[in-house]
Parts: sequence; structure tokens; C-alpha cells
Amino acid sequence: MGSWSWDRAGELLPLMMEGLRILLLVTVIASAVALILGLIVAIVNRSAPKAVTVPLFGVMEFIRNTPVLVQAIFVWALLISMLGTSASPMWTGAIVLGVHYASYTAEAYRAGIDGIPKGQWEAITALSLPKPRAWWAVLLPQALRKSTPALGNYVIALFKEVPILSAIGVAEMVTQVEGYAGANYGGSLEGFTMAGLIFLVISYPIALLMRKLENRLAN
Amino acid sequence: MNFISNVAEALPSYMTPLVVTLSATVFGSLFALVVAFGLGLMAGSRLLILRGVARTIIEFFRGTSLVVQLFWFVVVIPQLFQVRFDAVIIVAILALGMNYGAYAAEVVRGSIAAVPQGQLEACVALNFSYWQKMRLVIIPQAWPEMIPPLSTLAILLLKGSSLVSLVGLADLTFHAQVMGRRPDQEMLFHLGMILVMYFILSYLVASGMRFLERRAKRGIGQEPVATRRPRAKDAVAVG
Amino acid sequence: MVQFEDVVKRFGDLEVLQGLNFSIAPSERVTLIGPSGSGKTTILRLLMTLEKVTSGVIRVEGEPLSHMKRGGQLVTANEAHLRQVRKKIGMVFQQFNLFPNMKVMRNITEAPIHTLGVSKDEAHERARELLDLVGLSDKADNYPSQLSGGQQQRVAIARSLAMSPDILLLDEVTSALDPELVADVLDLLKDIAATTDITMLIVTHEMGFARDVSDRVMMFDRGVVVEDGPPSQVMGQPEHERTRTFLKAVLGEEA
Repeated sequence: MGSWSWDRAGELLPLMMEGLRILLLVTVIASAVALILGLIVAIVNRSAPKAVTVPLFGVMEFIRNTPVLVQAIFVWALLISMLGTSASPMWTGAIVLGVHYASYTAEAYRAGIDGIPKGQWEAITALSLPKPRAWWAVLLPQALRKSTPALGNYVIALFKEVPILSAIGVAEMVTQVEGYAGANYGGSLEGFTMAGLIFLVISYPIALLMRKLENRLAN
Repeated sequence: MNFISNVAEALPSYMTPLVVTLSATVFGSLFALVVAFGLGLMAGSRLLILRGVARTIIEFFRGTSLVVQLFWFVVVIPQLFQVRFDAVIIVAILALGMNYGAYAAEVVRGSIAAVPQGQLEACVALNFSYWQKMRLVIIPQAWPEMIPPLSTLAILLLKGSSLVSLVGLADLTFHAQVMGRRPDQEMLFHLGMILVMYFILSYLVASGMRFLERRAKRGIGQEPVATRRPRAKDAVAVG
Repeated sequence: MVQFEDVVKRFGDLEVLQGLNFSIAPSERVTLIGPSGSGKTTILRLLMTLEKVTSGVIRVEGEPLSHMKRGGQLVTANEAHLRQVRKKIGMVFQQFNLFPNMKVMRNITEAPIHTLGVSKDEAHERARELLDLVGLSDKADNYPSQLSGGQQQRVAIARSLAMSPDILLLDEVTSALDPELVADVLDLLKDIAATTDITMLIVTHEMGFARDVSDRVMMFDRGVVVEDGPPSQVMGQPEHERTRTFLKAVLGEEA
């Protein structure tokens, strides 16, 4: 292991960049899944009959209260047993992570929807707006505004959890460092330090932005 | 039934891994609480230097990934202390505690800041020292407000404890995979079983925290007549 | 007892007190009146060390309050010095500021035990006397949230008396109360004024109370003392137009 080596750091850098590319790609796919699926769940919870919402609530609770790492390995193994061959680690990982975070974003959307003044719902009834139109034109724009900071924070959190998918072989930064360290008997100090710094450089500014947004919406 | 007998047969081997998961969670949470109060009080301090140090540590641990921190700790800590390091569980507890402690520090700081200004002024008028003020007045009032967001964090920490399997610690997640790879065993069965175990543990953590919250509220006389006060802003994103 | 020497207090660009000079004798009861924003509450808050002076010196029993002597010079006071001089001063707030996490008894005994080093038994005995004085002997085991505003304020008065202050600051102590609860609190304060020799600085809009209880009334406007004298003079035959206007407005409101 030994001490810091700039040579190793230099060799690692291109690998880290490739890892970062995949990490960002997974973040984008998973965020899209989380943001869209979460919204669907929130709207269904608000408008569907109990026969749908009660089991849906149970499933979401289960997903939210179990580790995403185990969920990823579980789905990975499930796909192998179903397909007889390995699926794409990147797509599998991204979708599992997205669904896991949908269980959080659904709550953020719900809070946003709950925050809509009662008068708005009454106005919709009074104007007899059709339901889809009411959601699209009246309710969602207001709910989204309130949910945005929370949703942003979930995207940052999701971004930081992508390295968990190294467990199913998604070639993001941690996987790259492990690969290099395994082949070269060294480099984990340099690799993980660089990985940490890369995370900090990307997530801190976004987190600051979200806090600013939160304060602006709060006032 | 076949399924039930399978579970009954597998369960005993999960006892030791369960203890590992529970140790990481319980000691990680306790350490996180210490970190949270230390950093949270510093972050709310009037001294710029204390605030600066606390903010740097908080932002660092919140800004980077727990997985990366875990691997980094495993690599760096043995070098830092010039020791051969076999007790990965200690590293795991440190990493979990620092990471979630940084999030919890924001909860502590926020809840303390939400205690009404008049309470601080009364403390000045009664000539309390900083620590008397914190111990007797401010923290007892802020504590019940902290519990719900800390409960969320405790569940995140429980889930996060599964990551210690990535650095080779034989917790539930690690053990399920070892068992699942055996030729006579089903991987999905074992993973499914620990998913249910984690779910039950989450439920227990949440119930425990609700119990704590009720007790804390009763302890400051909030049960008979609820004195409403704005909730400390929930500073929790997720780890 | 209390001396203000050229005291200036600014909040940003706003000069709340403009070079204030006055002194208060031991056992004197002084009421500060004036329109809101005239700086009277700021005077109490400066004395309680809740605010720092911008310039000038405040002395309590000859000791500088916001400053301390070091090598013959006056420097800004440190926490230890502040705690030393604060011992002489008690304050009752507009919003009571009782500790919601403590029962009434503990609200009163906590500070004497922890900051004066009084024994537990002694503190409890004194607290019971004070609760008797404020007429709330039966509420010792209640939380503040279970009391009415008037009762809470009476507990707050007992709490500040438990510290045996030489100087008691009363900051609009009845302003947050429902009208029917005001009289009880004012009667209690009159009683305390009659039976003790505590120096009192009172900020209030209750002119009748001010007249009854004070030896001296100071009229403030925009950070300066406009008029200063016995209540019969300041409130009876005010010399200044501003005092007259103010009294008219306040008394008109009451009538």
C-alpha cells in the first residue's frame, strides 16, 4: 500500500474519468426513473381507490426501508435466474437505484401536493375541470415548486450512492479504483482520495444551490 | 411447509451476522450522535473558528459518498495510526458515525437555533453559563424536535450498514451472498430473507424512536397542553 | 446605583440612544415612558447585558458593566466579568420566558442552585415563600403551559426575585396579558415595591401603575431624555410638548 504516489494517481486519472462518465450516466437514468415514477406514485396515491393505494403504500414502505445494495444484488440475481444470462449492470443498477429513490421522491411530491391550499381543489371542482387537465395545469405546477428543493437533495443523495452499484459490477469510479488496485497492488489510497474529491467538487455546489433555492422558496 | 422449514434451517447461521449488523448500526448511531452534538454545537457557536471547523467537517462528509468514505477509511486509518488493522468493524462504525453524524449535526444545530430567543435571554437574566444554558434549558427543549429527523437518519444508517459488506465485514448482506452462492442454496431466497430482516429492523428503529419522542415530549410537559412551536427545519436529505 | 455615561447604542445606521447620561439612586423606582422605538426597552436590555453599548459606559454600584478595568484602562468585558455584575440584576420579560421544560418549582429554583450555589433545600424553601407571595402555592408542580398568562408572569416575577437582585428590570410585563389578568400582576408588583427596597427600572404603558409605584418618571423620545422628574410633575404638569402629546395618546387610548 505505502504512501501517496503521484505516478499511480496519474495512471488512475483516466480510469477515474471513465468511471465518472458512467457514474453520471447512471445518475441521469436513475434520477429520471426516480422523478417520473415518484410522481406517478404520488398521483396514483391521491386519486386511485384503496385497493390500489394500500398495497402500493406497502411496496413503497418496503423499498424505502431496505438497503438499496441488497435490492440491487437481489434484482441482479433475479434477472440472471430469469434470463439465464447476465443483464447490463449499468441499466439494472440505474433502474434499481431509480426505483429506490422513487420511494423517497413520491413522499416529496406528496408533501408538495398536500401543501396546495384547499381552495385550489374547490376551485377545480367549481370549474368542473377534467382531472388530467386539473393536474397538469393547476395542481402540478404548484406542487412541483414546493417539492423542488427536496427533489434536488434526493438527486444529490442518489448521485452519491451510485458507487454502491460496484457490488454488481457497474464500472463507476469505485469499481475502477478496485480494478486498478487489484491489478497493481496499490493505488487505493490515491484512487479513493481522488474519488472523494471528485464527489465533493460536484455535489457541494449543487447542494449549495439547493439550499439557496430552499431559502428563496421559504421566504 | 417447505418454505418455512427452509427459513428455520437457515436462520441460526444468521445470528452472528445479525449481531454484526446490529453492532454497526447501534454503535454507529451512538457515535453519530456524539459527532452530531459536537459538530452541531460548534456550528451554532459564536466563534468563527469553531463554526469554520465544524462547517468544513460537515460539508466534507455530506459532500462525499459513504461508500468512498468507507473504502478510504479502510485504506487510510491503518496507515495513519501505524497499526495493523484487523478490526474492520471499528472502521465501519467510524465511517458510518462520521457520515450520518454530519447530517445529524445539521439537525442538532437547526433544532437548537429554533429554540425561541426569549429562552436565551432568560438564561442571561438568570446568569447561566453556556453549559448550564445548554444542559438545563436549550437541549431539553430542542431534543424532542430532533427525534423525528434523527429517526429518519437512524434508518438510513441501518440501511447504510449493509455497505460494510463491501469492505469484507460479515454482516447480514455479506452472509446472505456467501450462503446464496452455495450449490445447494438459492441466492434469491437468502437475499429475500435479509430484505425482510432489514425491513423488520427498520420498523423496530422507527417504533423505538417514536417511543423516545413521546417520552421526551412528556418530559417537557408537552402532553397535556401542546405548546406549538415551529419545527426545526428538517435538515435531512438522505445519505 | 446605576449610572449611564454618554451611552450610545446603534443598530446599524439607527441610533437608538444618543449619548445618554443619567443615574439612579439605590431603592429608586424609575419608570421609563415614551413612544415605541424611543429606546426605553434598549436601556433595560443594555443593563441586562442582552445588548452591548456602542460607546459610553454603564456602571452598576460603581462597577463598569459592559467594560472592565485592566491595567488602568477600560476594556470590553469578558464573560466572567459579565456574570459577576449580572448577579445584581434581575429581569422580567414581556413574554415571561419561563422554561417550558421545567415545572414551576424548578423554574424558580434552578438558577439559585446552579448560579448562586444555594443548597437544594434552601432554594425550595425560598421558592415556596415566593410562590406564596405571588399567590401560586398550589401550582408548584405544574408546567408553565398549564398556567394562564397572568400566572406565568407571576411565576416569572418569583423566579427573578429568587435570585435576590439589587436591581429589578420590568420590561412591559403586562403587555402580553389579556386585559382581565393585568390587575393581578400590577397589584403584585405594587406589593413588592412596598415591602422591599429593590431598585426598579420599569418600562410600561400602564400610566396609573407608573404613577402609583414610581419615585421618578423619565420620558424618552428618539433616544434622548425629554423630561425627568417625579410622576406628579412629568405626568401631571409636563413641560414639554412631546410629553403632552405622548400622554394624551396613551391616556386617550386607555379612556
